[in-house]
Amino acid sequence: MALKAITANRLRDGTVVFLGANSTWVEQLADAALFEGAEADAPLAAAKAQAEGEQFGVDVYAFDVTVADGEILPVKARERIRALGPSVRTDLGKQAAA
Amino acid sequence: MNHIAPGAQAGVYRYDEIDRQFVAERVEQFRAQVARRLSGELTEEEFKPLRLMNGLYLQLHAYMLRIAVPYGVMTSKQLRKLAEIGRKYDKGYGHFTTRQNLQFNWIKLEETPEILNELAEVDMHALQTSGNCVRNVTTDQFVGAARDEIVDGRVYAEILRQWTTLHPEFTYLPRKFKIAIMGAESDRAALRTHDVGVLAKRNEAGEPGFTFYVGGGLGRSPFVGKLIREWVAEEDFVAYLEAVLRVYNQYGRRDNIYKARIKILVHELGQEKFTAEVEEEFARLRGPKYRLDPELVAEIRKRFGAPAFETLPTVSDSFEKAKAQNAAFARWVGVNVAEHKAPGYAIATISLKPAGGIPGDATSEQMELVADLAERYSFGEIRVSHAQNLVLAHVRQDDLFTVWQALEANGLGTPNAGLIGDIIACPGLDYCALANARSIPLAQDISARFADPVRQQAIGELGIKISGCINACGHHHVGHIGILGVDKKGEEFYQITVGGDPTLTTAIGDILGPAITADETVDAIEAIVEVYLATRSDGERFLDTLKRIGHGPFKERVYAAH
Repeated sequence: MALKAITANRLRDGTVVFLGANSTWVEQLADAALFEGAEADAPLAAAKAQAEGEQFGVDVYAFDVTVADGEILPVKARERIRALGPSVRTDLGKQAAA
Repeated sequence: MNHIAPGAQAGVYRYDEIDRQFVAERVEQFRAQVARRLSGELTEEEFKPLRLMNGLYLQLHAYMLRIAVPYGVMTSKQLRKLAEIGRKYDKGYGHFTTRQNLQFNWIKLEETPEILNELAEVDMHALQTSGNCVRNVTTDQFVGAARDEIVDGRVYAEILRQWTTLHPEFTYLPRKFKIAIMGAESDRAALRTHDVGVLAKRNEAGEPGFTFYVGGGLGRSPFVGKLIREWVAEEDFVAYLEAVLRVYNQYGRRDNIYKARIKILVHELGQEKFTAEVEEEFARLRGPKYRLDPELVAEIRKRFGAPAFETLPTVSDSFEKAKAQNAAFARWVGVNVAEHKAPGYAIATISLKPAGGIPGDATSEQMELVADLAERYSFGEIRVSHAQNLVLAHVRQDDLFTVWQALEANGLGTPNAGLIGDIIACPGLDYCALANARSIPLAQDISARFADPVRQQAIGELGIKISGCINACGHHHVGHIGILGVDKKGEEFYQITVGGDPTLTTAIGDILGPAITADETVDAIEAIVEVYLATRSDGERFLDTLKRIGHGPFKERVYAAH
């Protein structure tokens, strides 16, 4: 069964965030909580309600990841780029701080 | 249009107090909307259309603000402000787009009202850069300067800007609406790829008039604009466009986003029926209310004014000497400099496509340099081209060497305008939330592969255009070689088309074969170029050779290893 992480963009500045432990939002994919397939449905619904209710985040959704050597890796190129930053400007985005 | 103050003067078109008040009010309106969103009074569903009306999108990494550069013309002061905003609120660079606008990629929602306020200080805004309205009207980047110009399209583009801004019938169209206008012999604005393409010309009496092409567009369903009227007199210009838009507003498919553009309406109704509907509406509208008063046109023309050109000899000795002494300068002149209507002047294209660089990107420092050069050498005016380059439109030939030296020293002297390295590319999956694949790395790899300027010049006119998804912001359909990024199970692949043509002989490119990987695509471009060079006859452009020998030899070579 596919592993999933939950993500959003922070409302006030658009920064990519991930749902971490205890329903907190974190900025690094490495700190994201992972869910087995349909187990993501309930936290996703709760995260959507929380993000909108608290004016914290927008565009909340779940995406597929794998774990290799302890590292969380998005399955799709789109999510890989979103988690790191533009591949053509490695000096920018989350990858710059890594 | 009725707010144009008689007697107002300006070099580049300048706002009057009514324009300024309007933009200032919109800034404050958006400031209040952002505050209401952040406090929770507005939901995202309620807020999204409001932010889009102010050019603010949410992309992969942050918000993106698309700032309007009306018909691609701005002043040094405005470009300096863009540079300042890039440094202060973004990450020190901006991206010039195929609609002659500028995008910032790392904008914060909470700072946007202040950015708009700063833009308003220099008579700029982000209105009509998104949403289902009439978008920024585009035109020839050489407008008002080109030797082959017949009519100055800026004047009519500005009339359209004023006419469409806040027009109640055009605020909620079935879908976005893009207009381009050209007034020269060569089509440098890709007229027939627009919802409406207007070709300005003159009759035998010297009076200006317009040919209308309607229903062009790229995207998921590409169509070439159809000729619906050969001649519309100047006084009927607004009435005729209003008639086109009314027919679209009435019959456009609001029920299906994929069928909502006017190109689908023209296609489904048929050219004849659509034209008849427009003519009927035009007959109803025609009259004093919609008549474009020649005095008004003259007033707007005065607002642009004409640069105070010096009387200069046609040939500059110092310019000729500099070319003879410096081969790199001579190459840049041969490729990036176009003929000017005024003797002793020239039009210089500043390439934003260095080999291996990101097409259309400019740092704040580069913007400031161009602003300085424009102020010193080109009447303080800069143009953005739909090919994502900048233009200094009125440079004395005597000054070209100095200008080139400054550009060259700052990574802006690449001699590739119109050549294979002058690639149009959308932001693609590196930034865009809609993209399926990256565009920029492919453009970088191709331009690096063909970095040798001598080789580029030997290949000649060859336009590569890359889009990261079917929305076709990179105009791939009309690239001589087009590249479309597609997603196959989460991985990026690229589909090549050949034979597209963005000029008045508009053609949509044909798919060459199955999609391939990025690495294979760079090799495929090389293979296509090799076939062309090996088979071209004297003076044949790539499109000519393709037309003569067909797709077969190109396809065979590209897919030989598959």
